Amino acid sequence: MKYLPLIFANLRRKKLRTVLTIGSFAVAVFLFGFLAIIHGAFGGNLDVIGVDRLMVINKVSIIQPLPLSYKSQIERIPGVKYVTAQTWFGGIYQDPKNFFASFAVDPDTQRLVFPELAVTDEEWKAFLDDREGAIVGARTAKRFGWKVGDRIPLQAPIYGGTWEFNIRGIYNNPKDGVDLTQFWLHDKYLDERRDFGKGQIGWYTVSLSSPDDATRIIKVIDDQFANSPFETKTETLAAMTASWVKQAGNIEFLILAIGGVVFFTLLLVTGNTMALSVRERMAELAVMKAVGFSNRFVLLIVLAESLVIAVIGGTIGILLAKLMTLGGDPTGGILYSFILPVSAMLLGLVAALAIGMMAGIIPATNAMRLRVVDALRRA
Amino acid sequence: MAIPIVYNLRSMRARWLTAVAAVLGIAGTVGVFVAMLALAHGFKATLVNSGSPENVLIRRAGSSAELDGSVSLDQVQAVENEPGVAREGGKPLVSPEAVMIAGFNLKETGTNANVQIRGVSPIVLKVRPNVKMIAGRFFEPGLAELVIGKNVTSTYEGLELGKTIAFGGQTWTVVGVFDAGGSAFDSEVWADSHVLNQVYKRPENLYQSATVRLASKGDFNSFKDAVTADPKLTVQVDHEVEYYARQSQVLTQLITILGGLVVLIMGVGAVIGALNTMYALVSERSREIATMRAIGFPATSIVLSFLFEALVIAFIGGLIGCLCVLRLNGYTTGTMNMQTFSHMAFAFQITPILLVTGVLFALLMGLIGGVPPAIRAARRPIAVALREL
Repeated sequence: MKYLPLIFANLRRKKLRTVLTIGSFAVAVFLFGFLAIIHGAFGGNLDVIGVDRLMVINKVSIIQPLPLSYKSQIERIPGVKYVTAQTWFGGIYQDPKNFFASFAVDPDTQRLVFPELAVTDEEWKAFLDDREGAIVGARTAKRFGWKVGDRIPLQAPIYGGTWEFNIRGIYNNPKDGVDLTQFWLHDKYLDERRDFGKGQIGWYTVSLSSPDDATRIIKVIDDQFANSPFETKTETLAAMTASWVKQAGNIEFLILAIGGVVFFTLLLVTGNTMALSVRERMAELAVMKAVGFSNRFVLLIVLAESLVIAVIGGTIGILLAKLMTLGGDPTGGILYSFILPVSAMLLGLVAALAIGMMAGIIPATNAMRLRVVDALRRA
Repeated sequence: MAIPIVYNLRSMRARWLTAVAAVLGIAGTVGVFVAMLALAHGFKATLVNSGSPENVLIRRAGSSAELDGSVSLDQVQAVENEPGVAREGGKPLVSPEAVMIAGFNLKETGTNANVQIRGVSPIVLKVRPNVKMIAGRFFEPGLAELVIGKNVTSTYEGLELGKTIAFGGQTWTVVGVFDAGGSAFDSEVWADSHVLNQVYKRPENLYQSATVRLASKGDFNSFKDAVTADPKLTVQVDHEVEYYARQSQVLTQLITILGGLVVLIMGVGAVIGALNTMYALVSERSREIATMRAIGFPATSIVLSFLFEALVIAFIGGLIGCLCVLRLNGYTTGTMNMQTFSHMAFAFQITPILLVTGVLFALLMGLIGGVPPAIRAARRPIAVALREL
């Protein structure tokens, strides 16, 4: 620790170079953070969904309906706690570009199956009392500046016409990665106004008493409706979401490819800068060795310099990335979430340290191997 | 008086490691830049190619996509008699279509994807001349037979020429493969619309859309006016090309914004790298610079010389970046189009314009990274620089 001033003095020798090297570290780690955010936005944050819920859809595809009568049949299966039905509404606010998920929910069971999408009792009661009421996620509410009590017109391309809703509540959850973009309306309001598909719903979500039962109950449900006009396909909610996300393409590969390019480039640039500064200080290091500092000490002091740069740059970069998530989603709400988890922040710092280590090790070894006589004579 | 270019080239060779680091930094950035553009471009082109300029898409007024439209047989027949509709052998070239989605597993990941199933009229190949059969034959009207796009077999499990497959409570035979010229149809499965409506238990005379071929592009306005004026028809009339271009909006916007940010960050990183390299070169060479100034080269020559060096490094970096990415051209990947609810394969498309843009981007980074160090090189007092050594 007592050599810290020496390290900082060395860093101050070429201020501009130090600043630039720290800058390139910061940029690389910032990019790493940004890629981690995108990864999460495309469905990396699936763990918040949990594995104790099942989704039952029509075997043909999710856009085919299921009969409402399945609800009581599923409820009777032992191990099933609650069943709730949802139906895609596909409402459009002003412009199709303002996409968010909107669906009709069953007010009696919605909150039992999705407790994490929290609405206050007061707001929920207001929703129950108003057939044209709606509950909206906090992110979507913020995106369009909606408040409780607002009357919102949505176009409904599927059912025709413009439908008006009263915002009766806003659901929220402080936890990262929860989908706060949905828009819920009353299933009865939908059934009342639509002129086709009455008595049918989009899909069921089933909560279980114990996640260990999932495999068994999936089989029971699908067997029960096999060979009926409406065959079902049941999966855990997490698996269903994952396959939904996988359709978006191989995002992981893209991220790794870009990350790899950046990592390699940074290694070259930093290694090169470190090598330059060691070359410039050859005489100095030789003097240190001549007055009795050990080889190992010289190695460590050069390495430490590189690591200090890495830590400072990495910290700046990761904080910038975190700052960016506070500013909100740059695509204006297309993404499902826009957050930087703590684990990714730590990983970014570790990556920065690893690069600093690798970039410093060759110049540091060279400095250690320096022959005092040669170095002094050359200078 | 200009400093010979040979000086720059030799000095780059002498400090090759530094130069290589800067070149690769720029190459990486340009590579990612061009790849992002190629991805967005390829996606858009796939959808835009799906429309033909002579074709018109008819949907129910107010529907945002084919999937939630509805057009009745009466309406289709009314449209067939409007002026401007192309005819062959007296038959109007109109294809009423029923669009469905069925889940198939992706070969790459084994997970489920939404595949668009399109029920078409048997004359669809005349309505869409850009679609050609390349293997097998077209389906027989009234039979449970499928023809599939050329990307389907390689993307989804179980859909192969000559094989049978069950979905929607019906066993289908795949009898042919068509090539739709790299458009969205290449990821679709086509069947007879009557059969599809029956299998999915939908009203027999109801479709989602109708595609109309006009005798010529110029007939669009008169056709549209006639349809709009017809009290029997409450439908929306769109150029097919425009309809598909709109389908690409959300995803193109997503790729452009996110990709643009990534490129911006990488660009800043590459400029910092270039600055660092050039400053290091300048400080290593202060003796040389001072000597050149002493023997009479003016400051502007020094600036130009260093700038030239930075631009050469950037140019080489840009070229390498473009060359590496060129291999991605035509690489097919797939995505979920949120606007059509279905999965679609598309290919990276690298055009000469994208490559030129990439190289220009590299030169811009070289310029930003090269100017400040070059100015610093020229500003150093000669006497001080010479005495330092």
